[in-house]
Amino acid sequence: MTVETSERQPTLVSRPKVPEREPAAPGRPAEVRLAARGFHLRYGALHALKGITLEIPSGEVTAIIGPSGCGKSTLLRSFNRMNDLIPGVYATGGLSVSGRDVYAPGTDVVDLRRRVGMVFQRPNPFPKSIFENVAFGQRMLGEHDRDALAPRVEQSLRRAALWDEVRDRLDASALQLSGGQQQRLCIARCLAVEPEVILMDEPASALDPTATTRIEELILELKGRYTIVVVTHNMQQAARISDRTAFLLQGELVEFDDTRRVFTSPREKITEDYITGRFG
Amino acid sequence: MTSIGLPVVAPIARARRRLDLAGRTFTALSGFASLLIVLMVAVIVGEIAWNGWATVSWEFLAGAPREGMTKGGIFPAIYGTVLLVVLMIVALIPFGVGAAVWLHLYARQDAWFTKAVRFAVHNLAGVPSIVFGLFGLGFFIQFVGRGMDRAMGLDVMWGQPALLWAALTLALLNLPVVIVTTEEALGTVAREQREASLALGATRWQTVRHVLLPQALPGMLTGAILAVARGAGEVAPILFTGAAYYLPFLPKAPTDQFMELGYHVFVLATQSPDVDATRPLLYGTVLVLLVLTFLLNLTAVLLRARLRARLLGKG
Amino acid sequence: MTVTPLTSRRNAARARLRAREGVIELLLRACAFGAVAGLVLIVLFVFKEAWPIVADPEVQKESSLRGYFATPLWQPVGAVPKYGLMPLLTGTLKVVLIALVFAVPLAVLAAVYSAEFAPARVRETLKPVIELLAGIPSVVMGFFALMVLASWLQALTGAAMRLNALTAGIALGLGILPTIFTVSEDALRSVPRSFREASLGLGATPWQTAWHVSLPAASAGVAAGCLLGLARAVGETMIVLMASGNAAIHSASPFDSVRTLAASIAAELAEVVVGSPHYATLFFLGALLFSVTFVINLVAGLFVGRLRKRLAGT
Repeated sequence: MTVETSERQPTLVSRPKVPEREPAAPGRPAEVRLAARGFHLRYGALHALKGITLEIPSGEVTAIIGPSGCGKSTLLRSFNRMNDLIPGVYATGGLSVSGRDVYAPGTDVVDLRRRVGMVFQRPNPFPKSIFENVAFGQRMLGEHDRDALAPRVEQSLRRAALWDEVRDRLDASALQLSGGQQQRLCIARCLAVEPEVILMDEPASALDPTATTRIEELILELKGRYTIVVVTHNMQQAARISDRTAFLLQGELVEFDDTRRVFTSPREKITEDYITGRFG
Repeated sequence: MTSIGLPVVAPIARARRRLDLAGRTFTALSGFASLLIVLMVAVIVGEIAWNGWATVSWEFLAGAPREGMTKGGIFPAIYGTVLLVVLMIVALIPFGVGAAVWLHLYARQDAWFTKAVRFAVHNLAGVPSIVFGLFGLGFFIQFVGRGMDRAMGLDVMWGQPALLWAALTLALLNLPVVIVTTEEALGTVAREQREASLALGATRWQTVRHVLLPQALPGMLTGAILAVARGAGEVAPILFTGAAYYLPFLPKAPTDQFMELGYHVFVLATQSPDVDATRPLLYGTVLVLLVLTFLLNLTAVLLRARLRARLLGKG
Repeated sequence: MTVTPLTSRRNAARARLRAREGVIELLLRACAFGAVAGLVLIVLFVFKEAWPIVADPEVQKESSLRGYFATPLWQPVGAVPKYGLMPLLTGTLKVVLIALVFAVPLAVLAAVYSAEFAPARVRETLKPVIELLAGIPSVVMGFFALMVLASWLQALTGAAMRLNALTAGIALGLGILPTIFTVSEDALRSVPRSFREASLGLGATPWQTAWHVSLPAASAGVAAGCLLGLARAVGETMIVLMASGNAAIHSASPFDSVRTLAASIAAELAEVVVGSPHYATLFFLGALLFSVTFVINLVAGLFVGRLRKRLAGT
């Protein structure tokens, strides 16, 4: 750990701790789940993403960090084409999910969004019952029978570590739940459509520390079965939960590597500066 | 008054006092103007209520007019108004809501077609109501109605003033109100709700139907109620498209003519053979019409206030 | 507990939903098109029925553009029909002018009071009263003018006819008052608080702030409100039909009965023969009304745009 002194003041250098992790199963090359190849995205005149190239392996947790406005959320939203909702958006380059180009003409965006789920910064459950929230995806696929919906609702709530807390009030309004519970409900709702990938845009930034811890534990439980990409401005969080970390700065991918390496000996100086809190 | 104490203080103070007097007069004038308006409204409503309330009774509301509009009730006019407005709403809501949904979620905001639609909505709102009456006559009755008669080999069934044509004319008149309030209501639904639904793989229409419209319902209702209030009150568009002064029967088919509250007031006030004798019925009808539109507007205002409170409460 | 995988459902749903979405989008677009179609049809059919005035020489023998200013009389129903527009134009002008003179000062002053001086409780009472006034159907306003206002004004002014330009003008003014008030008040309220606070902070009185800061800033909006009121006044039918006396008298006195463009259409369309020159003339008047209100609304829209730009600092 390096401590630098400067004329101004002694810099308090705090480096996020990366916990010990089980090494990945040897001899098995990780399957690439999400890939970007020279991907550019523009909002009108604003060049938001500049030539992003990376490969995110299946079953792992990948964190995207960087100062505000660097394009983390934009990159995240490009994978499920939620950026399409913004007028004037224009994308070039390659972006693929499970090998299929997401921006190819004729892509079924609706189906893509089922396979690539998203959890938002502020929990946004529908003003419906807990059951109806989780069953929403299934209903949109045409399943209307409550008995047919129930097993999947339960499974999703269990996987989101919320089942025990809501099992006897499934028909109560989702808005009665606490912030942390609502976020887990949104995760359950997302799991219920069987995604391959879960994109999380600062999932815990609107929650208190206890709820944040539970979300982080949930993310670690969910990985393996799902590929998870988390955008976070909290570097400690990124260090705690992710296997790989991508550092974005002003729309460019500065560094993308094993989390341990990014936080202990990054390749770029600017990454080091960001990690140690010298800017951003 | 400055605290410097220089001889310059006196003229400034005097000028200040003059300005203050002018200012206070102006403020008082503006307050007086507001008071005057309130008084005038009170007088109008009060005069009508004073002279009309004695007439209004259950028999008045439920009975038919007798003896040349000097006795009896105005039930046929109430019935006709209700029927007219119901038909109008049935024609209006699908088009108005559909257009608003398209503008809100489907349209590309910079496309020329979108701009054309907004231009049309804005200008439809400014067309004088008598021009709508002319349109009802020239298009619905003369063109569509006559065309239908010719196509069906009839003599004259559709090509004449009728409930249907009056309702459609009023529907077009109120289209801007419904479109604007519905689009506004859709806009108040938090963007995160739309994003949550789309991110789960719901289609745009599924998002509209299951997430947006249910949450926009109060705002849409406000628009519908305002349209109903205008539809019940406007007379110029129905003067030549279907309203009648006295009909011995209630309208049953869309090709029938109908009695209507506003039209009744107009004819009774301007063409009554015996003004004094029909006065009670006239005042009673005016009071009923006034109370009806007032209640409708009040409901819309309360709905809108509750909506705004809910929005601000959510933060 | 069996959880059936979704893949089969997803594949089945994909094609079905895609087709349905396409149809629904088409239907919704058609609804939006309906608004455009409505406006286009109005223009088309009103101008179409008025077309003989400029195109058909047979009709022009009786009613023509040149003829409109050749005779001072409006007598379309008579042994020799005369179509002089002058009485209608002066009638409309008189009534609209009186309405504006009556309504604009009242409405703008009240709007300034509501936006700048009034305590919250007073504002909360004034707004519903204005909305109540706005909700009074024009036929009821016309009724009130005919039955009550006309007598009061006659007692006040000693005019020969109780139904005249003054009666109709004041009643019309009451009708357009809410429009002018609402638009002006909105414009004043949209002036950022920071302007007002800066002025008051320099020691100006509330009146000085209103007169020198708020009103100038919101002037485009107030102008727009007046223009919208004007447009409504020009096109208003029922109030004038009931309260103006409907006599096509061409004079400058506000105490004479008048006949306006809109009221003429309403009064005469019932008895006219479809396709006759009179019929075409009435549609011509309608086309004229439409054009005038269209232009006024357009100008008002430009003013609103200017207000927005000014408050945004461009």
